[in-house]
Amino acid sequence: MNVLIDKFDVFAGGFWLTLQICFLAAIGALVLGAIVAVLRISPVPPLRAVGTGYVNVFRNMPLTVVMFFAAFGLPALGSNADFLRIPVVDSLFRRLGTDLPYFRFALIALVLYTAAFVCEALRSGVNAVPAGQAEAARSIGLTFGQNLRYVVLPQSWKASVVPLGSVIIAMIKNSALVGFFGVVGDLSQTADQLTSAEGYAFIPVAVGISIGYLIMTVPLGALLNRLEKRQAVAR
Amino acid sequence: MSQQTSVLYDVPGPRQRRITLITSVITSVVLLVGAYFLIYRPLDDKGQFTMELWGPLVDPSNENFTQVWERIGLGFRHTLTAAALAIVASLAVGTLLAVLRIQLKSLTRRRFSGLATPLAYLLRGLSALLSVVTRVCVEVFRGLPVVLTIFFVARGFPEFGISFDSLWYLVIGLTIYNSVVIAEILRSGMEGLPGGQAEAAAAIGLAPMQTTRMILLPQAFRIMLPALISQLVVVLKDTSLGFIISYEETLNIGKQLIGVLNNPIQVYLVIAVLFIAVNYSLSKLAQYLQRRLSRGRKTAGIPAQNLPSAALTSQAEGAGGN
Repeated sequence: MNVLIDKFDVFAGGFWLTLQICFLAAIGALVLGAIVAVLRISPVPPLRAVGTGYVNVFRNMPLTVVMFFAAFGLPALGSNADFLRIPVVDSLFRRLGTDLPYFRFALIALVLYTAAFVCEALRSGVNAVPAGQAEAARSIGLTFGQNLRYVVLPQSWKASVVPLGSVIIAMIKNSALVGFFGVVGDLSQTADQLTSAEGYAFIPVAVGISIGYLIMTVPLGALLNRLEKRQAVAR
Repeated sequence: MSQQTSVLYDVPGPRQRRITLITSVITSVVLLVGAYFLIYRPLDDKGQFTMELWGPLVDPSNENFTQVWERIGLGFRHTLTAAALAIVASLAVGTLLAVLRIQLKSLTRRRFSGLATPLAYLLRGLSALLSVVTRVCVEVFRGLPVVLTIFFVARGFPEFGISFDSLWYLVIGLTIYNSVVIAEILRSGMEGLPGGQAEAAAAIGLAPMQTTRMILLPQAFRIMLPALISQLVVVLKDTSLGFIISYEETLNIGKQLIGVLNNPIQVYLVIAVLFIAVNYSLSKLAQYLQRRLSRGRKTAGIPAQNLPSAALTSQAEGAGGN
């Protein structure tokens, strides 16, 4: 078990990097997912088709394929994903600014993949609002914007917060894949590094890595459970 | 589609329909032009549409065509094998785990009052302990990324001197994760059933195990069928993680092909299309079943009334035992 103490900084560093990736990917996925959700419920058929196509493509494709596309397809196109080197943000998250593009590639793949699920969570929330609510809002003369702001979105937000949480948990777990796509120093790559290259015993390392992930996923899951129960009572 | 939009918009009148049509045409044109300049042109500039890169995949007269597709077919067969084995194993283990957890839950409520006091306390402590252990196992394996489960299995088993084919590492890793998920799906299905089901079963004298096996489990399977099929999609997607333990599934083959042909975008596109086709049809099947089941439940009262006339216990037992 010595490795857990000796290499604590490595584990902590891996945890921190995984957390960074998850944080950035969550923001990206929420934004992109919201945009796709807007497309999917828009009244214009072509936009709806684009949204639906996006969701169907990315939901039915393994994340691994998306990762391969990002990690091998983008370089083949001569792109280094430099547009993610956002000036101020890359000093906060130093990996965004490095010359090795794998962090950015992994981020792109995670965002693209997760956004499809975020979109579905948001849309299911909007669909969960009874049609009568929006009809009533229209009949008392609220405009489309007011309708969304005061009637539909507050209710749909409640219905979609738990699915959104599950999507984020799944994303945290999916982020373990980035270690196998050239991102050095995240939790999963740390496992590989410590056991195969530095020859530490396998089980303590596995325990340490597992704890790292469980710290992120289990409390979030418990929180969601509580939210779900509270909502069930409220209904 | 119209049902989805009707939450937010009124049914469009003639004017609104005209506006929609015009905006549709305009957005289509904008989208097409955008796709041409933002997707087609950059790809074309990099020469991604040349026959040199696409030929081995789409041109039957190409020298590599048959070989490439043989390899992809092999990879896809491997993917499907792993997925099938994993889903069967996860269903079996998951069902056992769900039943175990339900049984343990009812055991922890029992007071064993017929037995001597120390023995009763021992049994109560034991059942509480077991229930906590299974709970922790479920939480841990559900919280771990499935990549790591597979990785740990492939790295950990040889440590104990057990080594298999990489197929079995993949199947075991997938099973550990998915059986836990399936167990939770089934358990929530069983706990979501109306309390009257279990009470009625107890009233006609079924033991807890019989209640679970004959009353709760079949209904939970039925209700949760769409969720189970969605899980099948997840398993199929997750078999692609086999590449990290160098199992020769579709993506790994794809990687080998790219090593020779040097056309990552084309090969991955083909593989993506394969995955999307299979998974999309599975998702559609799940949706169809969901609709059918929700339609069926409305008339559930009628067969229930016929139940006494068909009270052939042997038949019911046969159905439950399957």
